[in-house]
Amino acid sequence: MRFKDVFSIIGPSMVGPSSSHTAGALRIGRAARRIFGQRPEIAEIMLYGSFAETYIGHGSDLAFAAGLLDFEADDMRIRDSLLLAEETGMHISFTKGKGPFSHPNTVRLKLSGGGREDVIVGSSIGGGNIVVTDVNGFEVNFTVRTPTLLVFHRDRPGIVAEITGLLGGGGINIGFMEVDRKSRLGDALTVIETDESLSESLMETIRGMQEVTRIGIVDLTAKGVV
Amino acid sequence: MKFKTLSELAACCQEEEKTIGRIMLSEQAIETGQDEEQVYRQMAEYYEIMKEAVRRGLDEPVPSRSGLTGGDARRVRQYMEGSETSLGREACMALAYALSVSEVNASMGRIVATPTAGSCGIIPGVFVSLQERFGWDDNKLVMGLFASGAIGYVIANNSFISGAEGGCQAEVGSAIGMAAGALTEMRGGTPVQAVHAVGLALKNSLGLICDPVGGLVEIPCIVRNGFGAVTALAAADMALAGVRSVIPSDEVIQVMLEVGGAMPDKHRETGMGGLAQTPTGKRIIRDLYGKKNTGNNKGGSPQ
Repeated sequence: MRFKDVFSIIGPSMVGPSSSHTAGALRIGRAARRIFGQRPEIAEIMLYGSFAETYIGHGSDLAFAAGLLDFEADDMRIRDSLLLAEETGMHISFTKGKGPFSHPNTVRLKLSGGGREDVIVGSSIGGGNIVVTDVNGFEVNFTVRTPTLLVFHRDRPGIVAEITGLLGGGGINIGFMEVDRKSRLGDALTVIETDESLSESLMETIRGMQEVTRIGIVDLTAKGVV
Repeated sequence: MKFKTLSELAACCQEEEKTIGRIMLSEQAIETGQDEEQVYRQMAEYYEIMKEAVRRGLDEPVPSRSGLTGGDARRVRQYMEGSETSLGREACMALAYALSVSEVNASMGRIVATPTAGSCGIIPGVFVSLQERFGWDDNKLVMGLFASGAIGYVIANNSFISGAEGGCQAEVGSAIGMAAGALTEMRGGTPVQAVHAVGLALKNSLGLICDPVGGLVEIPCIVRNGFGAVTALAAADMALAGVRSVIPSDEVIQVMLEVGGAMPDKHRETGMGGLAQTPTGKRIIRDLYGKKNTGNNKGGSPQ
């Protein structure tokens, strides 16, 4: 099911004018910011399809900036977010891309800063709902409607079972998960959507696993249902 | 969720002798692991935001961010006060309220997507005007929102709710169906009647393209929200009178999918066809984007 609950239909509470091009854009920006794990210094945003044609009219540029600033969808500062981003030292640029993307509202965000770089691709599928389809070349398909854990790790037999075992031991229920890898026993990304938020100590344990290079947490559920 | 189609939803209601809204509330609680009270509170909060948006657009009208639209809700209300309307006072009020919320949306004010921002006026227009007319308490309307959400959930998962995917029929069309079904239930109709109301309403918007001028959620989106509210009232009245959707509502949803899938890109929220590419539509875009930064920095500041 692409739409999982009643609040993906009634909601979100948001600043207009478009749920797909404003609220959805903000949500993709916010997911990207959380995956990146810190405030990016440079955000290069490439827009495709309907995003590319209509982003200024819909305030999608403001919404992406607001997402990268980690604002909520109904934050009245959204209208000033490009200025606010610039003030915090975040440089954001927009270009139009041409590409064979399957969804008409797709965006590619290249975030850099602090010696790191992430490339994240997502689509806005309507009513403020999104899917993230690519993280640093890993093919994924997650929605961030529940707390989402990304574990970047080296592939080896049993590693996924160990991660899920740790979650189970911490009382965390898994709603959806997927693994993609660059090659056999090579770099892999495991994405796990959970029903509960992860504790700091649980994240620390997973981060400390030998094969784990990095983890990301996208938990946008803090303010009730989002 | 234990229903995927509207006929399954109606069957659940009959089996458990519950309303659509009631079924949706319980299912949502199970799905999210929250208790029903929490889920209810969230929806009640959304209804407050809808009422506030109705009020704001009428009492503090501001131009849209582009400057192209604004003030039509107030125009309709003033006209109602001075003249006998063709629609009649009640339907005209639903129209004015729907315009109001859509205008708040266009000015980057706060609204609730129902199911999208482009169609955010229809459900509040119908709900708030009917609440005033019949003196309903908030609880009835909040449960009505759960009913409309259940209907939208079925439409969204079997077809689509975004203009970029399926045209305006998917946004405004879905919202009209959701409002019509919920209204039928709130007025005492059976779940089966409510489902008929959805099919009746959806049939009337099949094929509607998404062709906003300049890609903005303004022309023709705002007036289509006004029309949508009035259509929802008509569909609910037909269903309550016993009119049935001869083509079952679930099949109508499949038609929406078929028609939306066949719609060319230029008619799916790209601003590349339809009203957006008329001589006047093009002139408006030129005036708007020809000037440097117009799209970015201009506009009202309602809050």
